Amino acid sequence: MKKLIALVLLVAPLAVHAEGVKLEKAPVNFENKASLQRGAKIFANYCLSCHSADAVRYNKLEGIGLTEDQIAQNLMFAASKVGSRMTVAINPADAAKWFGVAPPDLSLATRAYGANWIYTYLQSFYRDDSRPTGWNNTVFKNVAMPFPLWQQQGVQKLVVEDVKGANGKMEKVDHLVLATHGTMTRVQYQAMVGDLVNYLDWVSKPNKATREKTGIFVLLFLAVLLIPAYYLKKEYWKDIH
Amino acid sequence: MSTKNGFLNWVDERFPLTATWKQHLSEYYAPKNFNFWYFFGSLALLVLVNQIVTGIFLTMNYKPDANLAFASVAYIMRDVDWGWLIRYMHSTGASMFFIVVYLHMWRGLIYGSGRKPRELIWIFGMLIYVCLMAEAFMGYLLPWGQMSYWGAQVIISLFGALPYVGNTITTWIRGDFVVSDATLNRFFAFHVIAVPLILLCLVVAHLIALHEVGSNNPDGIEIKKHKDPKTGIPLDGIPFHPYYTLKDIVGVVVFLMVFSAIIFFAPTLHGFFLEQNNFLPANPMQTPPEIHPLWYFTPYYAILRAVPNKLMGVILMACAIVVMFFLPWLDRSPAKSIRYKGPIFKFALLVFLVSFFGLAYLGMQEPTPTVTDFSRIFGIGYFGFFLLMPVYSAVDKTKPVPDRVTGHGTSEGPAFVATESVEGVAR
Repeated sequence: MKKLIALVLLVAPLAVHAEGVKLEKAPVNFENKASLQRGAKIFANYCLSCHSADAVRYNKLEGIGLTEDQIAQNLMFAASKVGSRMTVAINPADAAKWFGVAPPDLSLATRAYGANWIYTYLQSFYRDDSRPTGWNNTVFKNVAMPFPLWQQQGVQKLVVEDVKGANGKMEKVDHLVLATHGTMTRVQYQAMVGDLVNYLDWVSKPNKATREKTGIFVLLFLAVLLIPAYYLKKEYWKDIH
Repeated sequence: MSTKNGFLNWVDERFPLTATWKQHLSEYYAPKNFNFWYFFGSLALLVLVNQIVTGIFLTMNYKPDANLAFASVAYIMRDVDWGWLIRYMHSTGASMFFIVVYLHMWRGLIYGSGRKPRELIWIFGMLIYVCLMAEAFMGYLLPWGQMSYWGAQVIISLFGALPYVGNTITTWIRGDFVVSDATLNRFFAFHVIAVPLILLCLVVAHLIALHEVGSNNPDGIEIKKHKDPKTGIPLDGIPFHPYYTLKDIVGVVVFLMVFSAIIFFAPTLHGFFLEQNNFLPANPMQTPPEIHPLWYFTPYYAILRAVPNKLMGVILMACAIVVMFFLPWLDRSPAKSIRYKGPIFKFALLVFLVSFFGLAYLGMQEPTPTVTDFSRIFGIGYFGFFLLMPVYSAVDKTKPVPDRVTGHGTSEGPAFVATESVEGVAR
């Protein structure tokens, strides 16, 4: 049996992985309430005018340490009740006409796209005059979204260079260069996007903390239950030969 | 005490409560040498109950409507008290059901559990497996995510490969020309009523047939051949209750630890149990770059893709499941259990195992030429295991099968009693 398993494990990694853009690791940390709160503010200011988060009610943000008053005063621009959902006024049909595609709902953004992907995506916009919005993205080719954070990050340009690869051949390698500085330094901007992605990830998995805390209790209970279950079985079976 | 017995008598005169309890539990004699592989039957029952109970609670809040379904799942996850737990128990339970059932089937394969006189148990079991696949497939449409939608679109369109009637049948199944609200509604009806009802009936039939002939065991021998002359109880049999009920509780607790670890700490299991793409709402206008079913269907999906002709692929995929029904008759070895089978069978089993896992893995990959080539090789391994079995199992050299079961567990060595009859059994 063990031999079988070993053989399967040997055969398994004949993987044919596709090469994609290298994603940067997003600084996701739900313990960092200040980061989540900053992220919520960035989301409300820069995203929530086009992107809804329909599944999320504003008062759920009590989960990141805000009071109802704080939520109402700082984050609710469109809604009137603190129990209402994060909807947008933009009409999806209009949006589709303007951008080519309606902006997707972001309730499950990191579940659907991955936190690292969004984190990298928001740092990968560059100026491209051939696009209707004037913006393109290395992670998401020909993206429909204009870049809303350009004032903070500045304007990036795509530079294509011929570089000697590891095997000695010349390869085309492209990378982004900051052409015009924004109001933030690179580190500041990364921190801002990090806060935003942290918040988006929290919104995608709002019950994660409760879930994991409950899970520890459940597993502890089962571990304790295993002891009498095992000894009871052993006691009954001692006469079976 | 007397009133209690009085009440029991009152019931027993009207309904065989005590007799049923005895027949199926306290006086159902199971071989005493069950090992690790024998946990998965009762665990399958446990997962079935989990799916039904959590399913009922999900139905209370889910909306089978193309415009509302996706949002109603998000509502369950966020606004319903403990909704996330109920939903994750159900979604994890679906995958765990297949894991448990695959291990249960593997047990049957290595110990010859479906062989005479247990052919009907195997057939009922296979029907349960087919129902389970239908149940999982239709249930997967209900969250109305991208993979739900496009997975259903692809699988239903397979029927379109049938000559003459293909298009009529696909339209009939969907209730529309594409997967739509009509499809969602009927899949909901099948998923919550029709298929579970059949599933439950089949599980009952599976158990009745099992308790009629008695359980097989890791030695693949009949314990009913050696009964106590006074009591008529098999010498190697022990009452299912309390011995196996108590043993199964240990198995249940360990299983629940694994189950809970997934539910609470990795409910998507990195896209294996809940796919990333399914967190996007279904969009009929946008085909995802990659469409593949969940892991438990991927071996068959790989077989389907390995064949250039669509109709032949569909037929071969169906055959991959149908061929398993015939397993009890394909095995011609005098020994049932792998313990006494020869090297050829063990090698064939290894080929099968590698092929099955290989196909499962390849079914998840993009269909590059390499993937297709390997799918074909593993597909040949898969079918070869079954179709050549009548030949290799007949010529394979077996070890003598003991007369009595060889202890329970590893604490004792093989106890060959009555060695003179060993050859008789082996023949």
